[in-house]
Amino acid sequence: MTSPETLEVGKRARQAVPTGPEWLLRDAWTEATRHLRVIPRNPELIAFATIQPIMFVLLFVYVFGGAITAPGYSDYNQYLLPGIMAQTVVFGSATTGVGLAEDLSKGLVDRLRSVPMQQSAVIVGRTLADLVKNTFTFVIMLVVAFMVGFRFEGSLFQALVATVLLLLFSYALSWVQALVGLSVKSVEAANSLGFLWMFPVTFVSSAFVPTETMPNWLQPIAENNPFTRVTNAGRALYNGLPADGAVVEAFAWSLAIIGVFAVLSFRKFRQTTAR
Amino acid sequence: MLAVEIDNIHKSYGDTKALDGLSLTMPQGSVLGVLGPNGAGKTTTVKVLTTLITPDRGSALVDGIDVVADPDKVRARIGLTGQYAAVEERLTGRENLEYIARLFHMPAAEGRSRARELLQRFDLVEAGERVVLEYSGGMRRRLDIAMSLIARPSVLFLDEPTTGLDPRSRLSMWELIEELGSEGTTTFLTTQYLDEAEALADSIVVIDRGQVIASGTADELKDRIGGDRLVVTIANADNLGRAAEALAGLATGAIETASVDRQLLIPIKAGGGVLPRAIRSLDDAQCEVIDVELRRPSLDDVFLTLTGKTANDDEEIR
Ligand SMILES: Nc1ncnc2c1ncn2[C@@H]1O[C@H](COP(=O)(O)OP(=O)(O)OP(=O)(O)O)[C@@H](O)[C@H]1O
Ligand SMILES: [Mg+2]
Repeated sequence: MTSPETLEVGKRARQAVPTGPEWLLRDAWTEATRHLRVIPRNPELIAFATIQPIMFVLLFVYVFGGAITAPGYSDYNQYLLPGIMAQTVVFGSATTGVGLAEDLSKGLVDRLRSVPMQQSAVIVGRTLADLVKNTFTFVIMLVVAFMVGFRFEGSLFQALVATVLLLLFSYALSWVQALVGLSVKSVEAANSLGFLWMFPVTFVSSAFVPTETMPNWLQPIAENNPFTRVTNAGRALYNGLPADGAVVEAFAWSLAIIGVFAVLSFRKFRQTTAR
Repeated sequence: MLAVEIDNIHKSYGDTKALDGLSLTMPQGSVLGVLGPNGAGKTTTVKVLTTLITPDRGSALVDGIDVVADPDKVRARIGLTGQYAAVEERLTGRENLEYIARLFHMPAAEGRSRARELLQRFDLVEAGERVVLEYSGGMRRRLDIAMSLIARPSVLFLDEPTTGLDPRSRLSMWELIEELGSEGTTTFLTTQYLDEAEALADSIVVIDRGQVIASGTADELKDRIGGDRLVVTIANADNLGRAAEALAGLATGAIETASVDRQLLIPIKAGGGVLPRAIRSLDDAQCEVIDVELRRPSLDDVFLTLTGKTANDDEEIR
């Protein structure tokens, strides 16, 4: 029996069950564009993504900037601004968890699980969209930083590496947020929990003040915080200071976080959706 | 080949047996109505067949392909419209369709033309350029079904497609499903509405507590609970016995009487002027008649007979 109908079905079935990384990327990009497309239609979202970095830079620089000095830097701002940039992109990762929780709470996720796409693309696509959004935030922040006197004191290449590093780290934390968003039951919980852990992580660090100024018991925690490592590496690169192995270590941290949390998130996704 | 073949599947959630040894088959090119009350296991069955969940036990095949062993192959040939609208609210109708086409790995041009075709067909051409957030419930449902049809599925699953729609949207949804059915789209349709299954399905499977409790065409199911009935209400309960005697000649079975309601239930064979004959006999017996009604069995009666409760009896909150 070879009616046109069966032939057609057979042909589609062959081309519709693709495997391999190029299909994962293709599906992930389809997912990412689903999220990115709606941004321009959402004036509040754009306003928020623009105002937040501007506000952070201005608040910190003008409130703290005069009170603190950082030895070894031409100006406290040269110390502080890389920290603010790091914190802002890290906060930007929260949308990953919220977005995934939102998708899970709707029927759409059932549809996604019933089409022949690579399932992990749902999460990969979400993180990619947030990376694009965070890059936008970062660029705005850099512009404002320059307006308040921030300068690259090293080479342009070093500044580029620092930027890539900070964005990679925010991408890594998107994967942490993905796990948070997939684990909690509601969008609200994803939102609160997603922000909650970021406060200690970003404040118990070298982002705003040198760790030596902290109480003794807190110092080792702050010093070994991966966020500190990444901030230090980025800061050294922007200021043209010797960074030693710090940069390599910071990249290694980011990649390790991505690896571990990607595996955990994929597994969680399968568990929570297969019900 | 069978479009769907389920053999003895089980699925438990903790102590709840959502599916408890359910078996059914469905030939290609037909519309199967799966009828059951809240919590019967309709959605769970659909989820197994559409690869969303794995059964604890038993086998399920779609177009001969095992849903557990080969989920990707099954996904390539099915369309699913779940109980809750699965659309991306922030995108327009057209974007939703093109998006799903991309996930089916259709070439971009084909996706676009297919989207255009489906918008036309589902009366969404104008709405196609608006974001789904602005759609009415009926429009969302139509878009949802259009999305399920994007890759010309071999089997279409519709889980309670009219639940929550107003009567008008419900009727137009019926027309749509009828049309799809007459074009030969193999459709697995679940519903809580007895009239819906009767109107749309070629055959019906009644499920309750995760099991099939009856199956057949609507007529076959009706036959199982006996044929038509005459319901007679008389003015005086004391005359019930005399009325029963008078109507005995028409009855095809035992006559039931209910003195509180002053009613008689007479199993009959419809046609052949039963109604005037019944009234004449009662008149001759000098029983004052208040009401005579010819009651054809509905699927509600089927349900009542089979399960001992009406279809919407147990209000279950999940
Ligand atoms: N994810 C779940 N966790 C726990 N129990 C579940 C889950 N899904 C379904 N159940 C239970 O399994 C049973 C069957 O549910 P199912 O959703 O299949 O019913 P249904 O026939 O679709 O009902 P409805 O008409 O309300 O949609 C119910 O008792 C339900 O509470
Ligand atoms: Mg259901």
